[in-house]
This record gives sequence, C-alpha cells and structure tokens, in this order.
Amino acid sequence: MTTDLEAVFQRYPNASRDALIPILQEAQQELGYLSREAVVQIGHHLGLPASKIYGVATFYNQFRFQPQGRNHVQVCRGTACHVKGSAAIFEAVKRELKIDAGQTSRDGEFSLEVVACIGACGLAPVICVNGNFHAGVSTKSVAKILNSYRRKGAEHDGDEAA
Amino acid sequence: MTATKLPELLSWIVDGQPADAAVARQHAERLAQLRRDGVPRPTIFVGAGTCGLGAGAKETLAALHEYLDNHEVKADVVMVGCVGLCSMEPIVDVQLPGRTRVSYKQITARKAAPLLDAALAGSVPDDMVLGQFRNAALQPWPDVPYLDEHPFFAPQTRWVLANCGVIDPSQIEEYIARGGYAPLVKVLREMTPEAVCDMVEQSGLRGRGGGGFPTGKKWKFARQSAGDQKYLICNADEGDPGAFMDRAVIESDPHRLVEGMAIAAYGIGATKAYVYIRAEYPLAIKRLKAALAQAEANGLLGHDILGSGVDLKVIIKMGAGAFVCGEETALIHSIEGKRGMPRPRPPFPAVSGLFGKPTIINNVETLANLPTVVAGGAAAFSVLGTKTSKGTKVFALSGKVSRTGLVEVAMGTPIRKIVFDIGGGIPNGKAYKAVQIGGPSGGCIPSQHLDIDVDYESLKTVGAIMGSGGLVVMDEDTCMVDVAKFFMDFIQRESCGKCIPCREGTRRMLEILQRITRGRKRERGIEALERFKSVLHLQSLAETIRDSSLCGLGQTAPNPVLSTLRWFRDEYEAHIYERSCPAAACAELVTYSIDAEKCKGCTVCAKKCPVGAIVGAAKSPHHIVIDKCIGCGSCVDACRFEAVMKQ
Repeated sequence: MTTDLEAVFQRYPNASRDALIPILQEAQQELGYLSREAVVQIGHHLGLPASKIYGVATFYNQFRFQPQGRNHVQVCRGTACHVKGSAAIFEAVKRELKIDAGQTSRDGEFSLEVVACIGACGLAPVICVNGNFHAGVSTKSVAKILNSYRRKGAEHDGDEAA
Repeated sequence: MTATKLPELLSWIVDGQPADAAVARQHAERLAQLRRDGVPRPTIFVGAGTCGLGAGAKETLAALHEYLDNHEVKADVVMVGCVGLCSMEPIVDVQLPGRTRVSYKQITARKAAPLLDAALAGSVPDDMVLGQFRNAALQPWPDVPYLDEHPFFAPQTRWVLANCGVIDPSQIEEYIARGGYAPLVKVLREMTPEAVCDMVEQSGLRGRGGGGFPTGKKWKFARQSAGDQKYLICNADEGDPGAFMDRAVIESDPHRLVEGMAIAAYGIGATKAYVYIRAEYPLAIKRLKAALAQAEANGLLGHDILGSGVDLKVIIKMGAGAFVCGEETALIHSIEGKRGMPRPRPPFPAVSGLFGKPTIINNVETLANLPTVVAGGAAAFSVLGTKTSKGTKVFALSGKVSRTGLVEVAMGTPIRKIVFDIGGGIPNGKAYKAVQIGGPSGGCIPSQHLDIDVDYESLKTVGAIMGSGGLVVMDEDTCMVDVAKFFMDFIQRESCGKCIPCREGTRRMLEILQRITRGRKRERGIEALERFKSVLHLQSLAETIRDSSLCGLGQTAPNPVLSTLRWFRDEYEAHIYERSCPAAACAELVTYSIDAEKCKGCTVCAKKCPVGAIVGAAKSPHHIVIDKCIGCGSCVDACRFEAVMKQ
C-alpha cells in the first residue's frame, strides 16, 4: 500500500496545503477509499495533522472511508430524476441489494451511493453502475440492470436504456 | 494529411492575406473541409456526450464500425458533442459527398445497420430523420425538413451552443475554422485590457451562474485592485441538481471556454487561471484537458501568447462534491485545500480572493459568451434581449416535458414558449403544474405566470431567480410539498454548517415538511399538536433564514418553500388539514386499493408486499389492509393487470 501512495506523492513534490484535495482524490483513486494509514501518510507528506485532513475529507461528499463493492451503484437524486420518480427507484435498488446508501453488501458485490446529480437530467431517472449510465430506469427494470452486473463476466446490455 | 499548420490557418482567417493563388486555394480547401462544406467520402457523426453515451451511443458506435467493416465501406466516423436534444439521443448524422448533412434520432445499436443501409444508398429513411443542416454550398435533400425549422430548434438562438454537436470537440482546427480564436487575436492585437473591460460592460453581459452581476463591472474591480498576481477562476462546479449546460458546453465545445478564459484573463490582468470542475464530469474533464493541451501547443495559452507578451497558465482543479462550493468564497477555500465554507464579504474576491490576491470568478456560460461579445462587438450583443438582460441564456430543460435537453433562447423569451414550443409540452396528456427555475435557490412558476419573460428582473417579481439555468417541468402528478421537501432535504445535507440560520434552520424546515407529509398512523402522543404548531412557524422561519444567513446559498435556501407556499398554498392545506396528497405522490398519504374486477388473484402482489398487507386467496380478488400498508408501491409495480389503484 505504501508504494501506491509514494507514486502519488512523487507527482506532488514540495506540496503545500492547496495540493491536499488533489492528493486525497488520487489516493482514493489508487486505494478505492481513504484508509486511516493513507490519511496519516498524507499528513506526513504535507506536514499537516491527520485531524485537519479528516476535517477536509469528511466535508466533501466524494471521499469514502470504507472500501467500495465490486460494483458501485450510484442513484441520481437530482431534481429532474426526483420529479420522474427516483425516490421509488432508490427504494427498489435498496430492496434489490438489501443495503442502504453508503453501505457495501456483505459479499462485497455491490456498494450503493446516492449522488446529488450526475448531469444527465434529460434522461431521468438515471442510475450509474461502474460509470455506465442507465437512462429512463423504472422500478421494474432495476432488478434486471443490477442482475446483469451480478452475474460474473456477463456482458451488460446497453439497450436497457431504450 | 497536408494540413496547414494552425497559427498559419488562424492568421489566414484573421488577416486574410493570400500570399499566392495556390496557397490561398489550399487554405480555402482546408477550411471548407474543416467546416464540412462537402466531404470527400461518407461521414458519420455520432453524438457522444454524456447524454448520448447514457442513451447508448457507445453501443451504436460499435455497431456502426462493425457495419462499415463488414460491408467494406470507406467512411469517416466522427465523435461530436451533444446537440442538446437529449430525449432523441443517440443522435447520428450522416453526410454524403456533395449533399447536406442529415440528423437521425434515437439510433440505438439495433437501428445502426438499417440506417446505414438506407443512408449510404442515397435515401433518407422517414421514420428516423430529424432534419438536415442548412448549407448553401451543398445540394439539399428534397422533402427533408431543415433542422433549424424543427420545433425544438426553431425558437432558439444558438450563440454559446453554436458548435455543440456540430464540430468534433477534440479538434482545435474545427473550432478555428468556424471563427474560433479570431476574437482572442483581435483582443490581444488591437485592444487594451481596459478596452476589453469597457466592451464587456457595454455589452450588458451579466453573470450566468445565478447572481447576474454585470461581468464588465466585476472585472474592473479586479483591474483596479493592486496586486502582483491576479487570478481568474472558472466556476464549473455545476452543483444545481437539474442543470447540465456547463457540462455540455465543456464536452461539446471546450475551446470556446478556453478562449473565453484567455480573453477574461487578459481583461483583468490575470496570469494564472483555475477551472474548478465537478469530479462527477469525467468526460468533460478529459475533453477540457485535451483542449488546454492543444491550445498550449498552438501558442494560444501558456507563455507569451501569440507573441503578445501575455502569459496565461490554466490549471484544472477537480471539485470534491459540495454544493456550497458554487459560492465564490467557499470555492476559493476549496482550491486552497480547505473545507469549502464561505466567509463574510467584503472583502470581495475581486479585492482579496485566492491566496489573498484579487480574483475574478466567472461561470462557464459567462466565459463562453465572451468570444461572441468580442467577435460581434458590444452593440451587436446588446441588440438581443431585454432592457436589463442582454444576449442569450442556456437552459437545461428536463422533467415532465416531451423534449428534454439544452435550450438556448434570447433573453426576453416567455417561459411558455420554452416549455410548450421547444419542449413540446407535457407528455401523456397531463396538465402543466409548474416549472422550477434556478434549482434549490430558485422558485417555481405556476401556470398563471407562464407568460413571464426570461429576464433577471422579471423572474424576481414572481419569487424565482434566473439561477444557473435548470428548468424542471412538473405536471399534475408532482406534489409541490414533496418538491419543497426534496429541496430542503438537499439543502440541509449540503449546508456547510458554518452559520446557524442555515445549519439549524433548514433542518427544522425539513422536519416540518416531513411531519406534514407523514401518515397519521405513525403519529404518537402530542405529535399532532407539534405538527400544527410547527406549520404556523414555517413561513417566519423561512424568512428568518433568508434574512440572516451568511452566504447567498443560505439566503436563498428557503426559496423553494416560500415559492411553493405562495403559489400552491392549497396543496399545503390539503396535506395539513385533510391529510391527503392531491397529486398522490407522498407515499404515506396515499392509499392503495385493489380493483376487484381487474384482479385475477394471481398472488404476485401479496408475495411482493414487504409487510404482508395484501390478503386474499388464489384466483379470487385480493384486498389491501390499509392499517398495515406502508405505501411503498411495490404492489403497483408487481401487478400485471393494473388492478392496484392509487388515491
């Protein structure tokens, strides 16, 4: 793990406070989440106490302190999605995965996150799995979409959206 | 390819000095090629913005390539940005040599082969066509409507979005061929920074991020501030849930933003610029990075731009997901590596901003307007619009409307025109209820005010604001109390927690709204009294938050409640007095029942019900036990006979 972050630190030699957020972002990219060890290491690199770093990291929605599931599900709760019924979609996803927002399923297959808006309002309601957008989702199609990720190695079908 | 080197191409466009006839012809040919005034072989354009990809453009692209490989057709495939008609995505254009370019709608992977079969054979399939581009140099298709006559595009005035979905955003030369970077050259060669500020002020351009402060005036503050280093920040932290125009502009025409930033930086005397962009927009970040690298490689950014002695370094900073960072001082703190919390103003950032230096923060759309302002001059820009609002405004039209997407209209256009002409009205024969403008800081516009103009001042008269441009249409199935609750939930989560009115007040407001949308069976003890007591305070609480919060976001936080209270008081009253939701949207206030005539007794709903509230024997009509029902609606989804009714 140490070596992972060394690579990040090398990109920010003699870094000052303003490099903190980019370093946290890259560390999360490398590790999938911000572990305690990572936060302490970043503190050493920047000469900042870990408390300050937690202060910043917990302020922003982007940072996670727990590992992600193999499939990361984001449910958009923007205004357009809300008007088109994303509350029901969110309930359906929770029922299907049996986890709440911010949690990871016990088998490590899925983690669930609610995002404020992913900027695809024209296609609402939208969910995003591993960076793939699924547009015009209905409570009925949720299970099918999620199952397409559950089956290992199965190709996912983009036509879902239509 | 014997491409003409860029500075040469640019200087040729700007100066127009054909050295000798052969070179001039070569330039003209190259220009025509870049503008797609005729293509040497069939060219296929795929709209590959985030919206397009979400609708399946990636699969379409693969299917198109597969078709071309299988049929051994020589054709160019170009990835363009988003034309803005999201509901018709994926959009694919086909242009044949000598003919005009034709747009086709909803070309999913399945339709790729039939489309190419027809289009490459020289016909235009009626069922897929959207319209053809207008180009005097090319032979038009007979009986095919023009794209600019399409009801979605006809009422629009596309200045900022002119190139979106038309050009390949990864090619700087295509932007130049359409007049790009010529305004920057003009600014650097002919104008003093003061003249640039004057021109922008005279044009009447106002901040498009929401506040609507005159841009030129703001720049002058920074110009006049003493400081060895000045900064320009482009605010691309589009936090308003329901707005996506900044993303689309950066994805589809990134060089317009880069050029706008260069003009702004020259005007205020900044040598360093930051783009603060949401991390949720990976494609936009990628395209912007590529555009910056191209601009720098061509001497349009970096050290000594085009030999003028002016420097500009642009740095991309990714936001980390905080709505409050749309506020200027919070954004500055975030770039400095701190918690994104606002601070009291003055001092304004134009005097003391990033790292204590004079800083100007402009929104993406504001900056993207600058090439237009410079190219046409201040007078030409201010011709369009109303007395106090000039130019155009881009809106992200979404929600319960037939055609969703990006819409750019002249200031002064009535909202009715946007919703009903451009958006095509409400689908499924439902009635219009309201449109939410300005996101969580804005307000809603009810049907009696649909004829109001898009204008900073007139929108304020009905309790709404221009905002960044989110326009969410709601129909009769949308509950306005629920919408207010949605926004309060959003705002209280996103409140930075620095000042008490916003931190505590928005949470209390949310609790009040939660109480009145809660079912009575969960009410215990004196909760009914509490509910009534809190309702009495809702309005005064909202006004207190508005008057006493620290930053703009806190001050506008109660707007969704104030606005819905003003126009839809009857809905609040129905929730409070009658314990019912007229739109049948608040889950706990909705009662479900089963139509005995339609129910076939298949037992699927009973199995799906998470609380066992559905009883009944197989093959005989079922019944819902109201006391047990939690209103989740899973029976509605489960029923194949539409026997479950909602009231």
